[in-house]
This record gives sequence, C-alpha cells and structure tokens, in this order.
Amino acid sequence: MPKLTIDGTELEVAQGTSILQACEELGIEIPHFCYHSKLSVPANCRMCLVEMQGSPKPVASCAMPCADNMVIRTASELTHRTRQDVMEFLLINHPLDCPICDQGGECDLQDQAVGYGYDRGRYSEAKRAVKDKYMGPLIKPFMTRCIQCTRCIRFADEIAGVPELGLLGRSEDVEISTFVEKAIASELSGNLIDVCPVGALTSKPYAFAYRSWELKRTAGIDVMDAVGSNIRIDSRGNEVVRILPRLNEDVNEEWIADKSRFAYDGLKRQRLDRPYMRVDGSLQPVTWDRALEVAAAKLKATAPDRIAALAGDLVDVESVVALGDLMKSLGVANLDCRQDGAEFDTAHPAGYLFNSTIAGIEEADAILIVGGYLRWEAPLINARIRKRLLAGGLKVGVIGEHRDQTYPHKYLGAGVETLQAVASGNHEFCDILRSARKPMIIVSASIFAGGSGIALQALCRQAASMFNMVTDGWNGFNVVHTAAGRIGAVQAGFLPQAGGLGTRAICKAAADGRLDLVYLLGADEIEPSTLGKAFVIYQGHHGDQGAHRADLILPGAAYTEKTGTYVNTEGRVQVSRAAVFPPGEAKEDWKILRALSALAAKTLPYDSLGELRSRMAQIPAFRDGATPSPSGWGQFGTAGQIENRVFPAAMSNYYMTNTISRASVTMAKCTEEFLEFQAQPKTGTEG
Amino acid sequence: MSGKSFFAAEQPTSFVFTDENLRRAQAHIAKYPAGKQASAILPLFHIVQEQHDNWIPRAAMNYVADMLEMPRIKAYEVATFYSMFNMAPVGRHTIEVCTTTPCWLRGSADLVDACQRRLGITLNETTADRHFTLREVECLGACVNAPMIQIGEHYYEDLTRESMVGIIDDLVAGREPKPGSQTRKYGSMNDSGTTTLIDEARQLGVAVQETV
Repeated sequence: MPKLTIDGTELEVAQGTSILQACEELGIEIPHFCYHSKLSVPANCRMCLVEMQGSPKPVASCAMPCADNMVIRTASELTHRTRQDVMEFLLINHPLDCPICDQGGECDLQDQAVGYGYDRGRYSEAKRAVKDKYMGPLIKPFMTRCIQCTRCIRFADEIAGVPELGLLGRSEDVEISTFVEKAIASELSGNLIDVCPVGALTSKPYAFAYRSWELKRTAGIDVMDAVGSNIRIDSRGNEVVRILPRLNEDVNEEWIADKSRFAYDGLKRQRLDRPYMRVDGSLQPVTWDRALEVAAAKLKATAPDRIAALAGDLVDVESVVALGDLMKSLGVANLDCRQDGAEFDTAHPAGYLFNSTIAGIEEADAILIVGGYLRWEAPLINARIRKRLLAGGLKVGVIGEHRDQTYPHKYLGAGVETLQAVASGNHEFCDILRSARKPMIIVSASIFAGGSGIALQALCRQAASMFNMVTDGWNGFNVVHTAAGRIGAVQAGFLPQAGGLGTRAICKAAADGRLDLVYLLGADEIEPSTLGKAFVIYQGHHGDQGAHRADLILPGAAYTEKTGTYVNTEGRVQVSRAAVFPPGEAKEDWKILRALSALAAKTLPYDSLGELRSRMAQIPAFRDGATPSPSGWGQFGTAGQIENRVFPAAMSNYYMTNTISRASVTMAKCTEEFLEFQAQPKTGTEG
Repeated sequence: MSGKSFFAAEQPTSFVFTDENLRRAQAHIAKYPAGKQASAILPLFHIVQEQHDNWIPRAAMNYVADMLEMPRIKAYEVATFYSMFNMAPVGRHTIEVCTTTPCWLRGSADLVDACQRRLGITLNETTADRHFTLREVECLGACVNAPMIQIGEHYYEDLTRESMVGIIDDLVAGREPKPGSQTRKYGSMNDSGTTTLIDEARQLGVAVQETV
C-alpha cells in the first residue's frame, strides 16, 4: 500500500492505483482526454501531466502508478503551464466550429480549453482537414475534429470485441479509420459516441437536433431487453430526442446497447393516440367513454372461462398487477405473460432468474452458455463476459448456434443432445466445469419455448447441481430473458391460474372458438390469426400486430411516458420515470385498467400510483427493494423426455424485436446495413 | 495525406507469397512464441515489398494479417506508420533526401531542388516512366557526411548539386553510382584528412590514411 503526498495531503492507496485515480479519490480533478476508467491506458493525450518531485519533467498521471514517498503537485506553476501548452498543441488542428458542432455544450475539449487553456491561440498557419469516413447509420463522424485520443479504438477492441478501428499514418497525417469504409458491426457501437471526448463521433439520428442544455433529463429504465439498463431520457417539449446511458456498475456500467439508444424514433411513429372500435370490419375512432363502456360490457357479459388475457414484453409491473387483479376478481384463470409460449417452472425464483447477478460474472471462472445468442439477447451481459474473459482465467463453452460471440469460446454443440451429455458428465467440457471454483451456467430463456421447457429447466438444474454451481455465497444458475416485462409479470403472478390455459393453449382455444374475449396488454408477438373469432381488446401504444387484429383499442403509454416499475433478468426492481406525456388521448395503462374495473363493477382498490405501489408491496418480490436479493436454491423443473433439437437464437433480427423498434426508422436502416444487404456492394446513391 | 486515402486507388485483388518467400516468412514467424506471431509483421512486410515492386497492396496487408492471425486494421496501422513501406506504386529508384537540420545546414534544399529540376517532379511524386520517386525523409543518421540521400539500400554522402545530378545520370544510363561519400573522403573522415588518434594508431601498428 504505497503512501504518497498530493498537494500537501498524505494518503495511502491500493497497490497499482495511478496518480490520476489517487487524485480523484481526493476530489482533485485532473484534466484528461485519452484516459477512460473502463479502457486501457495509452497516455497519449498528455493532458493529465502533473509535477512530481524529483522528476525533471512532468509525468502522465494516468499511467504513472503511485509509489511510496511520491510528492505530487497538481496546482503548481509547472503543472499549470504544462496543461496550457498541451492544450495549445491539441487546438492547433482542432477546428473552431463549436457553434455548429453537436458536441458543443457537453464537450470535454471545450470545457477543458476554458478551464486550462490559454485565452488565445498563437497558431496562424493552415489547419489540417481530414476526410470524413462512412461509419454506418448510427455514427456521424467529423474526423477533422479528432484529437487522436484513441478511446474509440480501445472501446472497439476491448469492450465491443470488434477490432475494426485503427490509427492510420503517422505524425500530422494520422487518422482514425475503419477498415474499409464500413459500419462498425457491433450492438454496442453507439457507445463510441459517448467515449469520444470531442465532436468527432456524433449521433447520426440526433445530428443538428438540439443543444444539450435545452433538454430535460429524466432517469429511466430501458425496456429493449431484460437487462434493465439505466438510461437517461432527454426530451424537449413532448418529444424524446435522445437516450443516453446512466452509470450503474451493477447492471450496464456506463454502456447501453444500440437498440436501447437509437430505437426512440419509433416512439413517434405508428402510435395509438385515441381509442378505436371495429365497426363493420374497419377500425373507427370512438370516445374513451364509449370504448370503456364496450370493454366493460364485454367483460361482464362473458363467462370467465371464456376470457383470456395476455401481457406483452414491454409491460410495467403496475399495469400487469392491475390487469391481474382485475382478471382474477372476475374469476379469469387464462392468464399468461410468456408470449413466446415458453414453459418454465416458477415454483422457485432461482429457477428463472440471473442468480449470480450480472456483476457476478466477473467472479466466474467457467461459463456454460446454453442456447440463444447472448450478443443479441443481452448485449451488455455478453460484454460483461468478454470483460471477464480479458481479465484472464475464464473458459467459456457454448451450446447453441455457432456464431461470433466477440470472444474466444469452445463450441460444444447445437442442442439438447450436447446439453444432456454435459449434464450427465460425459463431455470433455465437464472437466473444466468440475475444476472451476465458481462455475456458471447461462441459459437463454428462449430454449424453454420450443417444447419440453420444464424438462429442459430440470436438465439445466441437473447440470448446475452436478458441477457445484450453487454453494454458500455463490449461485451460478442463470437465466437470460429478452422481455423487459417478463420477470415482473411472472413475479406478479400473471400466469395461468388453477385450471387456466397458457399462451399456446389460449391461442388454440381462441382459434377453436372456445374463447370469446381476449385481452391483450401490449401483446404483439403472437400470430394474430390464431385468435379466431374472439373479441380482442388491445391495450397498448403502437399500431402493430395486436392492434391490427383488435376489435377495440385502448391507447396506452410507452415506457418513456409513464412512471413504471420494471424487474430485470436478475430480479432487480427498478423504477423508470415519465419523461413526456402519452400522445393524444392515450393514458397511463394502470389508469385505463382502474377506470375499466369501475365500469365492470370490480373496482380496483387503488386510486393513485402510491396506493397501487402499496398493493404491489404485498408481493414479496417487489417489497424487498431495488437490489436483487439472493433467491437461494430450491426445487424447480420436472425431469422428463426431451426430443433432440437445436437451440436457435431468440430473434432473427436484433434491431427489430418489439413494437417500438419495429416502428423505428433508425432500426430499419440498421437492419438494412447490418443484416439484409450485407453482401451487396453500395450503389453510391444512398443518402 | 489529408483529404486523400492512404491507399492506392488501383489495387490488385489478391496476393500470395511465392514458395520461397513463404518459407522465409515462416522462418520469421517461428522466431516468436506461440500467440505472439504478430511480432513478425515488419520482416513480412519487407518480403512483400521485395516480391511486389517495392510497394504493399491492400490484398497483401490482408494476407499478412490473416497469416499472423491479427485484425486486419492492425496490419494497416503498421503499414501506414513506417515510411519505409510504400502504400502505392513507386519508381524503380526511390530517392530519399534527408532534410533534417544538419543536412539542411549543409545544403539539402539544393539537393531537393536539383532532383526536382533533373527529374521534372516534385516531392512525393514519381516520374512518368516510373524510374524515379522523390521523397523527403527525416534524419538517416549520417549527419557527419551531410548532406546525404538514400537510394535503395545505399547511402550517398557529401553531395553537391553536381554530384546529385551525376548520380541520377548514372542511374538513368544504367550505371551503378559509387555509394558513400562523393568527395574522395574515406569513411567519416574529417574534410581536412585524419586529425585525431594518429599517434595511438601508429603505436598499435594500425595503418593510417593520412590524406583525403
């Protein structure tokens, strides 16, 4: 533990702490550009130079580890002069286009030039200009502004695992460049915009839209996957204009995936902004009073065993609790929240949660990934595995599709057969799992959807038991879900009640005419034609599959428009706040259900969000607070015959997986760029 | 390079080593421990230049990167960093004139001017007949005989306008100009002959070249 003195304060820091980190511990700000706490340290911007006693030259504080008896001065004349000089060099070739630069107002270079630079430049020669590169539909590069900090290169290499950026040339000619004028093929590419300290990499969809200080910031939770990334929703008036990550070391660190960041333009398209009712085969606008009257009449007139309700992938806990309470009070047993028809045993929460927690991945030393394609299903969990792998000593085995995971792994096999071999100890990978100290299994919930889900769950449990994945203080049994609303709805008990039907059975019963009324709460991922002649009430925010089939549409709010609770795949309970209002006559979903319940003579006992929250607190999972509590270990799943099959990815297109992303133009462009037309040459006429 | 691509517009579509060069390349790769093959990239690029008219096409960078199991962009970084690797076709002879301070004080600007007049090209250009490329380089470490140039593997030192043009004339005529100092000076000897360590050399019985 080295002891050193910084600006007259003596302190002791952990071995390996850099001077810059030690200064931050003391609350002393050291200006820097190339240094980033999550990336490797190249020490090439020289902005963090500080004076060290005994050194003839100032030292780069980001790269210099603290040692005993060091005396550091961060406010001395030498340090001050050095910063001014470095800043002058950096600004030699930086254009003075701040007034038209999107980074203006939130630019490290701008801030530090004000804080540490000279008040004028002495350089009157020509500045260099760099040709802009093409970086795809998400990132707009202005390479003339680049100060060659190489953060983007390191992010692509280290975090995203796509080494496609490099620093070409030397001295005055150096340029950051992609491979061959191509887009960065990563689900995390949007983070390049955040790591860039200047305006060289900016957001293409947000280009020239607003100034950062004009925006209202709201703390939200992302619903594009079940990771529950913490986001900042920036809005102007009643429009969401961009989405940025919020720091949460336990969940998303400081990154978010591209779908979470860029799908927001889908919030403005295909919206349901007033109630509609199907009259003579076509949807006609109606008033709220009329719509609720019809819905209530239908609920009252239909026998409970001929009613079913399905909750979608984006629902918040509030609305799913309200719908569950309403349906249960009517005596409806046909409830389900698993639109993909997944079957898994919910007897014990350990059976369907990510028990080790996402941060827990960093402790694992062997990981068995079963099914799905983590890189698409939960990009940030995948990034965490890569981070752990780069730290050394981790072995990863994959059962499922053989695809690029962004990190080296052992491919074991395609499906059930391989899983059975591993779970019974007859596979070469078993030795690695056996000798591991903290082994982990990561199961994609998508494998539970192809039939025999409960037996597969038991098989995974068997593997976990066999390799001691659950011990005191360690639970390595993990399930990754893709739907943000899934865990919350499962824990709220929005599941088939005694004698009730599950998703598949509901669709079948509706098709066979055994159901008269189906209530869809944001459920759009089921084939509409399977609902037969049943009267369909659709409550949701987008005119997607569900609404097209609906006989009555009750317009609800999207995730940015309501204060709602979401439970991520770890079982972490998080609250997202409303940033804007729902469009037109649309309402917050729990309020719609509360109004409907009164008309259906089954008035829900809560009149405010506070009262609804009190009702939610009666459910243990939501009472225990924001952090996932260790759910322990228990019996779940039932062993049984499983037909051999392969485990496919849960989605065929990462960029379009729900109503919001399907309505997004940016996501459509990504689909075109990265998936559909990958092999075809550009024509040169595209925007 | 600003505003221009680092790479030649016209690129061959493929590149492979000849059998002999492949053997040489593998010998270089074998010098490094497993997993560290990327360290062999510089000698491999030199072999590429030998085989491919003294420049590295993009296909060859991809070929070398794949052979060394490293990301292609990292091979581009290395190739574009070093001035001894050419990214576009060059002339048969590349004249590299040192213009760093000692050579400049001794008249390197005259050499550049003489080359430009004799060849009818400016710096970083190649003659139409593809015989000569003219380039300005930083210090080549022969300041003692400044001003100097490098052509291929040879240094030509103590140059004047006249001797510079003479070297080009020789090359044009297919003659091989004499490398080293162009005044009759021996090695890095002082202009006025040997002046130091003469007595010590005599005592040891070493022959001393006393005059220029």
